Amino acid sequence: MVSVKDLQYTYSKAITTMRFPDFDIQAGEHSLLLGESGGGKTTLLHLIGGLLQSQKGKIELDGVNIAALSAVQLDQFRGKKMGFIFQKNHLINTLTVKQNLLAASFFAGNPADPQRAVEILEELGLADKLNSKVTELSVGQAQRVAIARAVMNKPALILADEPTSALDDKNCEKVISLLLKLANHSWATLLVATHDQRLKERLNRQIELKSTEINRA
Amino acid sequence: MSIFSLVWSYLKAKPLNTALNIFLLSLGVSVITLLLVVSRQLEERVANNTKGIDLVVGAKGSPLQLILCNIFHIDFPTGNINLREAEKLANHRLVKNAIPLALGDSYMNFRIIGTSQAYAELYQAELQTGDWWKEELEVTLGANVAALSKLQMGSTFESAHGLTKEGHAHEESKYKVVGILKPTGSVIDNLILTQITSVWHVHEEGEEKSNMNQPLSLKLIPGYQLKDSTKEITALLIKYKNPIAAIQLPRLINTQTNMQAASPAFESARLFTILGSAKTVLMGLAYLLVFISALSIFIALYNSLKERKYDLAIMRSMGASRFKLWSSMVLEGISLTFLGTIGGLLLAHLMLFVFIQTIGDKTGLAPFQLYIEEAFLLVGGVLLGLLCSLLPAWQAYRTDIHKVLAGN
Repeated sequence: MVSVKDLQYTYSKAITTMRFPDFDIQAGEHSLLLGESGGGKTTLLHLIGGLLQSQKGKIELDGVNIAALSAVQLDQFRGKKMGFIFQKNHLINTLTVKQNLLAASFFAGNPADPQRAVEILEELGLADKLNSKVTELSVGQAQRVAIARAVMNKPALILADEPTSALDDKNCEKVISLLLKLANHSWATLLVATHDQRLKERLNRQIELKSTEINRA
Repeated sequence: MSIFSLVWSYLKAKPLNTALNIFLLSLGVSVITLLLVVSRQLEERVANNTKGIDLVVGAKGSPLQLILCNIFHIDFPTGNINLREAEKLANHRLVKNAIPLALGDSYMNFRIIGTSQAYAELYQAELQTGDWWKEELEVTLGANVAALSKLQMGSTFESAHGLTKEGHAHEESKYKVVGILKPTGSVIDNLILTQITSVWHVHEEGEEKSNMNQPLSLKLIPGYQLKDSTKEITALLIKYKNPIAAIQLPRLINTQTNMQAASPAFESARLFTILGSAKTVLMGLAYLLVFISALSIFIALYNSLKERKYDLAIMRSMGASRFKLWSSMVLEGISLTFLGTIGGLLLAHLMLFVFIQTIGDKTGLAPFQLYIEEAFLLVGGVLLGLLCSLLPAWQAYRTDIHKVLAGN
């Protein structure tokens, strides 16, 4: 499903290069990406998600080397294959809950599927919020809508960046459960980048990012 | 969900800003449109009303006043001219034909014009009902007069002395309506036409004087025998026989008679030059308004980039291409200017309509006539939107999604 090999990334003004460990993730093998803050978790996650383009090394997703894709192809690939969840929900405030979900299909170039939007919201216990404004939701509800949006296009891979670190134990438990449930329902593989130790009990596969910086050649 | 509903949601999220931007542009566009429509229609009407008239001859005074009074019927006469002299001129070899006009009275602000049938023919006026005026004190009404004065076939009325409502009524002689004209779109719609002798009749007390040895048959007033050498009319409308007349006749009249000749073409061109500078000032003001609204739209779009940083990045993460973000921003700018332009066009025609309603329709302006230039304005509006949104759209295009999404 995901295969990372010899991957390196250098920020334009940095004096060091980040080097990432090689790893493979099988389909359905939900995984944690662990490491200290500032240790390159987000960078790696964005590289895998194609939000950032690597300079060296290879990232294969479903057999596709994403480093070889053009910018437009990468946008399309991302829309069809991946869902993103961030620490903040980043919902579009001017749209309703339903429109936010339909926007995911629209930007991915998929036909609108309101039926699926309703089903996911039902699964998340938010069916009554379908036509609510995003600004009327509580933080927890908004984060669940963001999860719904991430699975809207039936992605093969869900990339989550610190989805629970701002939540208390109860909500953390709830969010990770929902994430796992929805990922399983839509046959998606979950990759969670976090320093949140609470998640270790729920996801068995763990990829540890150690201090990997090397001096720039 | 479409790019239109996305753009609309952003516009709707800031209703006051959106409304202000649209309104500002509407205001500018409406002034431009108003100037365009009014000056176009004025030019058309001037061309319509001066058709077939090469020269107006009247009493000495302001040439512009002579034209305004005797062709457009808006100013007062410069005075009277002697009928015998006018007749002499009408028989000049360079004159193809001459139409006499005698002004002096009005009814409910509509002028009563003593003239010949040739005057109606000049404007290709046709009868709606009834007949042409034939006898003294018979009148044929222009279409607007009939519509607004409530006079009907067979109605009689007293004229008021002078060209405004306040003049004292001539109670002793009553005019009788014998015909009503079809609308022509020219000044004749607002006139009441009659015999020249009717106008004299209303103003004369007692018997007609006779101070000439031999009564004179007139070309100007067929069938009338002139016995009084002091008889006067207001003006003559002259059509030249050939182009040489344009050079010789005005000079001849202005230097060798105590009458004055004025060319409608020349005087209306002069009038438009005077109006033209006012138009230029207003136009400049209108373009300033358009510029300010464009600036305001640009600033609104540019500022919104900061607020929408995350929206833009998240859209990209969901698969939107850079170009899609670019086009949504451009579409937003274009939507604002398109609505503003449409609003401006509507506003202009509506203002003209209200203006015409308030002053009573004697101007003959058509408030809802559209011109091809308005389509150009619409295209210009769309281009303006593109121009305002190019820089914000470029910024949206190059959003660094990694930086934005990692930076929380």
